[in-house]
Amino acid sequence: MVSGFYQPYEGQILFEGRDRTQLRPYDVAALGVARTFQNVALFKGMSVLDNIMTGRLLKMRGSFLLEALYWGPAMKQELEHRAFVERIIDFLEIQAIRKAFAGKLPYGLQKRVELARALAAEPKLLLLDEPMAGMNVEEKEDMCRFILGVNDEFGTTIALIEHDMSVVMDISDRVIALDYGRKIADGRPDEVRADQGVIDAYLGVAHA
Amino acid sequence: MLDPGLDTFPKLALRNAQRLSRKVAIREKDLGIWQSHTWSQYVEQARLIALGLAALGFARRDKTAVVGDNRPQLYWAMLATQALGGIPVPLYQDSIEKEMQYIVGHAEVRFAVVEDQEQVDKLLHVRSQCPMLEWIVYADARGLRHYQDPCLLSLDELKERGRKFAQDNPGYFDQEVARGSAQDTAVIAYTSGTTGQPKGAMLSHRNLIETARSAIERERLTSAEEVMAYLPMAWIGDHMFSFGQSMVAGFTTNCPESAATVLADLKEIGPTYFFAPPRIWENILTSVMIRVDDTAWVKRRMVHFFLDVARRVERRRLAHRAPAPLDRLLYPLGWLLVYGPLRDNLGMGKIRVAYTAGEAIGPELFEFYRSLGINVKQLYGMTESSALICIQQDGDVKLDTVGPPLPGVEVRIGETGEVMYRSPGVFQGYYKNPEATRETLDDGWVHSGDAGFFDKDGHLKIIDRARDVGRLSGGTIFAPKYLENKLKFSPYIKEAVCVGHERAFVSALINIDLASVGNWAERRGLAYTSYTDLAQKAEVYELIRREVVRVNRSLLDEETLRGAQIRRFLLLHKELDADDQEITRTRKVRRGFVAQKYAPLIDALYGTADHVNVEAQVTYEDGRSAAHPAPRGQPDQRALRGGAGPRGGEPRDPTRGDRGHHRPQRCGQDHPAQRGQRVLPALRRPDPLRGP
Repeated sequence: MVSGFYQPYEGQILFEGRDRTQLRPYDVAALGVARTFQNVALFKGMSVLDNIMTGRLLKMRGSFLLEALYWGPAMKQELEHRAFVERIIDFLEIQAIRKAFAGKLPYGLQKRVELARALAAEPKLLLLDEPMAGMNVEEKEDMCRFILGVNDEFGTTIALIEHDMSVVMDISDRVIALDYGRKIADGRPDEVRADQGVIDAYLGVAHA
Repeated sequence: MLDPGLDTFPKLALRNAQRLSRKVAIREKDLGIWQSHTWSQYVEQARLIALGLAALGFARRDKTAVVGDNRPQLYWAMLATQALGGIPVPLYQDSIEKEMQYIVGHAEVRFAVVEDQEQVDKLLHVRSQCPMLEWIVYADARGLRHYQDPCLLSLDELKERGRKFAQDNPGYFDQEVARGSAQDTAVIAYTSGTTGQPKGAMLSHRNLIETARSAIERERLTSAEEVMAYLPMAWIGDHMFSFGQSMVAGFTTNCPESAATVLADLKEIGPTYFFAPPRIWENILTSVMIRVDDTAWVKRRMVHFFLDVARRVERRRLAHRAPAPLDRLLYPLGWLLVYGPLRDNLGMGKIRVAYTAGEAIGPELFEFYRSLGINVKQLYGMTESSALICIQQDGDVKLDTVGPPLPGVEVRIGETGEVMYRSPGVFQGYYKNPEATRETLDDGWVHSGDAGFFDKDGHLKIIDRARDVGRLSGGTIFAPKYLENKLKFSPYIKEAVCVGHERAFVSALINIDLASVGNWAERRGLAYTSYTDLAQKAEVYELIRREVVRVNRSLLDEETLRGAQIRRFLLLHKELDADDQEITRTRKVRRGFVAQKYAPLIDALYGTADHVNVEAQVTYEDGRSAAHPAPRGQPDQRALRGGAGPRGGEPRDPTRGDRGHHRPQRCGQDHPAQRGQRVLPALRRPDPLRGP
């Protein structure tokens, strides 16, 4: 709903203090919200570099003709965007796969490329849907490091959905727990961890 | 003798900045683009860093630890240190804290210039044990924003302090450079050491410059060379090629983007002067062969056909004979279809001079590159000789020698067969270790520890480490490294350790190459979960057995070593790893340690058991270690789990996967006592070596 895929039946979505409830995904993206997907959604037949460049599309201006000719302002713009993308590639340590086809990469790297593409949009808010899903411990550690780094380096607010409790508790400033769509806890990680409702919902009590 | 105006590296750098001011001195791929720095920029950067260090209170003979991947900033820091009369101490960037702590403490390091957060973290820990270490300067600030430690300083801040210092002390840098002399220690290179604690070899400016110069003259190197700086900066070879010779000749050093991109960067740069230890040559070959195996049938056949042609031509060329008439026609065609494109693809199209050294290279491997027209030559040297002792001359290359000594180097063979040498490059001694110095350095002669002899053409031939050469109980000479190299030429074998001294026959412990065997397994639809799992598959054993048989067959041609065939082998359950001290940081096998650690396995190879259970001790990247006990529910199986990969940060689940047992395998000619017993059925096939 935040990213605009679904419209809420009731309630409001506020972003930067203003009502954004009825926006479509492209409007939301233009506002500075980027996301990754639970199941990786990359352009499999394109290179990693091109995939990340697509994250810059919203920032690109200029006419189709100039772009096609790669001339004048179009060239200058392309170079600026490429420079920004290279900073992200460096940041996420994926230099070695810059020119590899996204579809041929191992899963952990695909997730990283997806994060790179989201970052390329210079989001104010980054939504990560289960960034750790299906990763091994080492990949998870890397991903945690990158998520913290994004927050630190780019000052991006990050909202993530994740089932791996140790990850959630380790890297979050604020945790919200949901149970069947209902909010059951909201607060600092240690508060949420100690919350009886959360313990019941996640560690399980007998459903009467 | 050296010109007193050019007798130290800082003086040479100043000369380069004057004469070659606009020539590119060093290049680094950063943010996807090759960033160039000219000689005048190189010196300017070093000057600012030096002045910054001076502002922090750097005194002559102070040491600067330099830690990180090959980066221009770190080369500048070395020059800056030398300019102030200090001594750079480059450290291996993948060392664990304990190793760094020993060297930082032993060398009494006051300053450290490091690449990034990873190294800062390690050095902050080291500092808690070594309070001598006053400042840690980092080049890449990422992730360090919230670090509060007052001993931390970014390289930019350091240079800023240098600028201020220069305003108050004009002319300081030039004065300090002028005070330097040829006798000053230019670098302390800690040897990775196959035994005991590392020793710090002190090399003077004279040692390095004279050695660099004589090799430059021999090889006719010019300022137009392009060299790739991708091997650890702590290793004397990189210091000589990327720093020493580059300063003396004025040529360009290229730093790759990251360790993972070296092959791609190599292709973009196309170096003219290239160095690689056998391991790297091997990796490159393996990556080529994997790609060849994946291509269409026609192409595969074509590549193999022409590589065979090239090999035949090269064999005859090495024997100073003309190629066979048919091959003479085919070779140019092969050049057009295979060799040219292959060279180009490897980034080796422009190579004028390439070296292999560090270990003996497998003859097949050496032949492969030479047959493509790449001028690979063997070189012999060590830290204590400023990296260089012997180099093969163009047009006079042999498979199994290291060539004649360089001009100015004397080599003689001691009574025990040990190689000894004396040269202007011979080191000043081990830092704070007079005892080791006395043992190694004898009246100007250095004991190399290698066994060797001169052949009739005056080429030095190294057989093995003097202490590793042994004899089988039957009296046959047993040179383990020779056999291991033959094994390692197989794309499927990454590492091998042969045992046989005072034993009835030779056996081998083998590490499979996870990439290529994994690829092989995938193509056959063979499922596996990890290195350990893959290495214990019967199909893989059969694959490796064929490779061992190939090696044994090639031994038949060699009069002296024919008796030393490999009769049994096993595939190790984990990869040999520097973190577990099984190999050194330069990836040489620590034979004694491995033999001791795997003693039960080796006993089994000579015994009758066909299964052995092991418990593995695994050391993680941060230096912790853990033993992996028996899986639950199988108390009798003291099985290993863990160390799934060379960089595993976490042990694998002990309850998953198969059991860690070993199956010693027989091959080669049968040992009568063991014929047909306790081995896998697949191995009881008639032995190919026995004939009908």
